[in-house]
Amino acid sequence: MKENQYIINSDLLSKEELDKKHKLETDPSYRSDFMEYHDDMDRIDSNVMEQVIGHMDSYDPDSYTAADVKRALASEVCSIDDFKALLSPAAAPFLEQMAAKAKYETSKHFGNTVYIFTPLYIANYCENYCVYCGFNCYNQIRRKQLKYEEIEKEMKIIADSGIEEILILTGESKSKSPVDYIGEACKIARKYFKNIGLEIYPVNIDDYKYLHECGADYITVFQETYDRKKYESYHLMGPKRVWPYRFETQERALMGGMRGVGFSALLGLSNFRKDALASALHVYYLQRKYPHAEFSLSCPRLRPIVNNEKIDPLDVHEKELCQIICAYRIFMPFVGITVSSREVKSFRDGIVKIAATKVSAGVSTGIGDHESKYSGTDCEEVGDEQFEIADNRSFDAMYSDMSNNGLQPVLNDYVYV
Amino acid sequence: MSKDTFCLGGKEFTSRFILGSGKYSLDLIKAAVENAGAEIITLAVRRTNTKDTENILDYIPDNVTLLPNTSGARDAKEAVRIARMSRELGCGNFVKIEIMRDSKYLLPDNEETIKATEILANEGFVVLPYMYPDLYAARALQEAGAQAVMPLASPIGSNKGLATKEFIQILIDEIDLPIIVDAGIGKPSQACEAMEMGAAAIMCNTAIATARDIPSMAGAFKDAIEAGRKAHLAGLGRVLERGASASDPLTGFLRD
Repeated sequence: MKENQYIINSDLLSKEELDKKHKLETDPSYRSDFMEYHDDMDRIDSNVMEQVIGHMDSYDPDSYTAADVKRALASEVCSIDDFKALLSPAAAPFLEQMAAKAKYETSKHFGNTVYIFTPLYIANYCENYCVYCGFNCYNQIRRKQLKYEEIEKEMKIIADSGIEEILILTGESKSKSPVDYIGEACKIARKYFKNIGLEIYPVNIDDYKYLHECGADYITVFQETYDRKKYESYHLMGPKRVWPYRFETQERALMGGMRGVGFSALLGLSNFRKDALASALHVYYLQRKYPHAEFSLSCPRLRPIVNNEKIDPLDVHEKELCQIICAYRIFMPFVGITVSSREVKSFRDGIVKIAATKVSAGVSTGIGDHESKYSGTDCEEVGDEQFEIADNRSFDAMYSDMSNNGLQPVLNDYVYV
Repeated sequence: MSKDTFCLGGKEFTSRFILGSGKYSLDLIKAAVENAGAEIITLAVRRTNTKDTENILDYIPDNVTLLPNTSGARDAKEAVRIARMSRELGCGNFVKIEIMRDSKYLLPDNEETIKATEILANEGFVVLPYMYPDLYAARALQEAGAQAVMPLASPIGSNKGLATKEFIQILIDEIDLPIIVDAGIGKPSQACEAMEMGAAAIMCNTAIATARDIPSMAGAFKDAIEAGRKAHLAGLGRVLERGASASDPLTGFLRD
């Protein structure tokens, strides 16, 4: 199978840094044990991981046939085995039927509504070395962290555009962007938005309690890949390297009182069918354990990053992505599905009519550049972006495009209690 | 003949069709209300908006009674807070209690619903609780001050019709409150059937919101509900469901 060339070499790094980087890349014994929790990480008692891994490891996508897919499409309740069939290569010729079934399920649960939100990156410092990510600590990019006044300024600009739900993001650096910094950002956000989500580094249960008190209600963390072996080979250094602590993030967030949690694999890092299966089963088993919570799935594909234009999602083309999203919807009709601005306008416009329920608009993955993007004025120093976006529609453009598609844009379906 | 009306919180209603406002475009609400002849419309407090853009309240005709719901509440405490918020937002005194602790099926939690009903009824709300059709829970809701009970026909949004028919019939027979059948009604014929059984009214959203022509489907439901009501008043149930009464009595041979 084709592989991406992730490694970037920079002449701006010192010899010492370069040596360490190369050693991490080439010598697995130099890396820490990725299954070992650090001392400051909560460990919880949960069997969700075992269940998810069990299914993923035994899943052989090529063992499913057209008959399995037909049976899955005909059955009223989609079983785990039906779902596996829908994710398999045998389902590819049935994409149109899958889309029709997915559309029916979406309309039963969500009608013709579509939610619009915007992400706000407040810092891009990172202490991890994840080879595919633009924010990784060895990538020479402009780093920035917004001050509270700057956060408020950006939020005001976003809120003035009409957006009512915000997703606050940081790079994964607990030392540069500590929990109380993020908490203050949530408190500011409460003044301007009805619904606050966080996409930050995984933290402990008490931290989630605190962040919930500050106004955040939704935690999204991408597992990136559920394939442990691949995970180990891409996340070479830093707390993010600890796979099980990351896996248990959503459960810790729910234990800390968050209302909802979001999940995803970054499609293109490993076998996408297995990753899609694991992402959905991660939701499935946690939903059984925490039935009151809200759940959502994202489906990001790899994108080019600053200093590496060549990264692409390999065998996950739009058709495969559509197959995954339809399978998600048929298997779990009640979950929110978000399609980000990593995808182009035509794909997003099409997929919201079938299965997606949430899109971002007015997106910038850089730091502190909403003013320039929204008003066209020049800003001083801004931080570089995490990845390139493919759909840069403003909030207004998205709102009217969705309305013209016969959908009802919803900005706020939420009350903080 | 006196007018066939039913009463909630001291208000008299002629229409027995309570229309939902979720899952479809706001600009269709007016047409749906008109075609449905609806006098009550539900709305989720969590979708009301204090900003200028797309405030759902702006789309609802003035002569229609608002029935705000507490969807999003996971327990009695949250439902009470949402209800109070709704009154502050100017949505009136009516409240439909919805408490769900299951994100998959969105089934109501009767126990928490009873608690919230008691608190809100004491605060002067006209409380209409959405519930799972259980006789004991319905009695407790009546005791707690509910003005009607709203049992589900089948899981919300499922369009599966009267899956809980037998249990709804028990509530209709045993509870001295209007029984408003809510959730799961997928077609006008199912609404008609519930009215034939003696339901006081029907609440419906998804079946209309997902129809190709929303205002027309609202009209179809109106007709079905009226037909079912007429059939109920005409006494259809006795003949078909509870045994025939012969024209020559079986016990006619008995002497005084």
